[in-house]
Amino acid sequence: MRESMEFDVVIVGAGPSGLSTAIRLKQLNAELNICVLEKGSEVGAHILSGAVLEPRALNELFENWQDLGAPLNTPVTKDEVYVLKNGEVSKEIPHALVPNSMKNDGNYIVSVGNLSRWLAEQAEGLGVEIFPGFAAAEILYHEDGRVKGVATGDMGISASGEQLPTYMEGMELHATYTVFSEGCRGHLGKQLIQKFSLDTNADPQHYALGIKELWQIDPAKHQPGLVVHGAGWPLEDASGGFFLYHTDNNQVVAGLIVDLNYRNPWLSPYEEFQRLKHHPLFKQYLEGGERVSYGARAITKGGWNALPTMTMPGAMLVGCDAGTLNVAKIKGTHTAMKSGMLAAEAISQVLADDSLSLGKTFSDAFDQSWLKQELYSTRNFAPAMHKFGTVLGGAFNYLDQNILGGKMPITLHDTSLDHAQMQTVAQAKKIDYPKPDGKLSFDRLSSVFLSNTNHEEDQPCHLTLADDSIPTGSNLSQFAEPAQRYCPAGVYEIVEQASGPTFQINAQNCLHCKTCDIKDPAQNITWVTPEGTGGPNYPNM
Amino acid sequence: MKILVGVKRVIDYNVKVRVKSDNTDVDLSNTKMAINPFCEIAVEEAIRLKEAGIATEVIAVSVGSSASQEQLRTAMALGADRAILVEAEGTVEPLNVAKAFAKIMAQEEAGLVILGKQSIDSDNNQVGQMLAALTKRPQGTFASNVTVDGDSVSVTREIDGGLRTIKLALPAIVTTDLRLNEPRFAKLPDIMKAKRKPLDNTSFADLGIEVKQHIQLDKVEAPAARQGGVKVGSVDELIQKLKDEAKVI
Repeated sequence: MRESMEFDVVIVGAGPSGLSTAIRLKQLNAELNICVLEKGSEVGAHILSGAVLEPRALNELFENWQDLGAPLNTPVTKDEVYVLKNGEVSKEIPHALVPNSMKNDGNYIVSVGNLSRWLAEQAEGLGVEIFPGFAAAEILYHEDGRVKGVATGDMGISASGEQLPTYMEGMELHATYTVFSEGCRGHLGKQLIQKFSLDTNADPQHYALGIKELWQIDPAKHQPGLVVHGAGWPLEDASGGFFLYHTDNNQVVAGLIVDLNYRNPWLSPYEEFQRLKHHPLFKQYLEGGERVSYGARAITKGGWNALPTMTMPGAMLVGCDAGTLNVAKIKGTHTAMKSGMLAAEAISQVLADDSLSLGKTFSDAFDQSWLKQELYSTRNFAPAMHKFGTVLGGAFNYLDQNILGGKMPITLHDTSLDHAQMQTVAQAKKIDYPKPDGKLSFDRLSSVFLSNTNHEEDQPCHLTLADDSIPTGSNLSQFAEPAQRYCPAGVYEIVEQASGPTFQINAQNCLHCKTCDIKDPAQNITWVTPEGTGGPNYPNM
Repeated sequence: MKILVGVKRVIDYNVKVRVKSDNTDVDLSNTKMAINPFCEIAVEEAIRLKEAGIATEVIAVSVGSSASQEQLRTAMALGADRAILVEAEGTVEPLNVAKAFAKIMAQEEAGLVILGKQSIDSDNNQVGQMLAALTKRPQGTFASNVTVDGDSVSVTREIDGGLRTIKLALPAIVTTDLRLNEPRFAKLPDIMKAKRKPLDNTSFADLGIEVKQHIQLDKVEAPAARQGGVKVGSVDELIQKLKDEAKVI
């Protein structure tokens, strides 16, 4: 028998949505016993985002966040949008023609890791128990099927499954309500969506992979508050976009987001990003600078059309675990926070009056909220890009967002599955990526090094295969095993041996981005939690 | 017998250390901090001695900023009974740390002090030895085995080319090496309980120690980037390069 602990609410994942849930619950009822589990070694260690923050939800959570020292240090001062024609030429889109949803007046450039650290301090100040270094590995159910809580993973199990001298059994955390806020493609959220058929009335979810670097640059080139977005080169076979934000302390963040419905199996999001940095638009700032950190994370971007039901018996899904990101704004932090706050408000009502149903209480509140309004009015943005391409889709979005205010009386659906889009190597054009120069562009391993990623070596592999033969079988013959290229951390390798090709999983490198779980064409890879604390240790990301 | 263990807050061993752009120090802003791994081994050894019925109380002591409370709480979650923080800003020199430990050792009448052999940030390897000198008590450094027997302790030390076992009269000072033990994981309920265990704040002034600075940090520089290698076509070319370019033959 595992030991157990009882709470009113257990929250899985200490990011903006989970911590906003915890804080709002405590604000509504200080007596509640609330616990937050976080698989990273500390709060903020595993999270990364661009990020430009719209402070709307934060204003509602803490009116006085400025006095409380929230890390919103860099207001957006200038907004630029570009289309890159090729590796040399860029064209700036006049501000008037940019869809309104992409404008950033009143927003802040933040590190979502530091925002999470700050939110955690506020939550602890209100009496929330936060446990970093503990991964929720398993969902627990009551006999009637209601969610009962979660169990943390066992620690000190060897790669072959034996108990080491440091073995410590996992613990059960029981709660009246469990809130899952694991971020995009949470491994428990995925199970819940399936078990409770939460996505029956939703379009298939869509994803993207975001890769980000933090650079220390020449102070003479630094323009704090400058926000640059754009699309075009180097992505030919995929949709996506890039960002470059000048944050504080002479640092800039640069990143590329690649939609995971891309078709060409030769495409490597990592290498697309590396060559993007050689474009004059990036090079002008980065040249002579020093790369400080590196990371990657998948993004849930299906928006309104793909949003699953967020409530189920005894539990809720919030933030990117559900998919509340507003792709038209390229922002998910404010919506994730708001979804957590709405969840907290519903849970607190239901805890006080058990004649209420969580599903109805939440959906009534959600329907009245600006979150619903925001997601609904931008529901066509991404499907338009997918259906009509960047230019016509962009024109559609300009019309919908700037002229009609998101009230276009039609809804575009994108019902294709991201993982099913891949062409075979016979159909696709091979892409030759330039070698990294070691100044602006780098190889995968030196990048992973900067993410401070570490996993205890002697533990079971946390990247599990349903069928061991697929990577060197159909995935190799049809797609040249694309995991070698879509993984931004070099986890997957096909190694040629005398006995033939073998599939090697370097699980220690894993950044927990979840791309393999999403994009494997055979849906053969399942990401499970490694031992707690394992994974990246992002600073300021 | 009471045991004092030292706990230092240092940059996590997984984190790549970066030098500040003005070369004044390493950059620690928002980086993951943790208990110095050698101190963690010291905590584990003390807890094992308590579990074996040899120690009556384990007191974790840290000298540093108020943020070090986090590491003291971790030590208490692992099993230390209480903690003392000697609050001090900035870098504290080994001699001052040793003086603080000497005072607390006397106040608490500790029978054994277990410290990490060195911290992974400054790598000084001095506090244990200095503490032994200040208190005029025996020291067993680089311990890979510790056995308490009545009023003495046997310490197996890792020395060049082998092991040396020495017997020290208690009270004594022991510093830990890597192979002494493998620290346990903290349990969730123990982490919660640790929040309620006593943590006393004190300072050098309270302890009656006048802090003197003997060391000044002039400059911190990252190691020079490694130059890429070249492939040579023949032995003759290699010899020529060793002669003309490397100038080593």
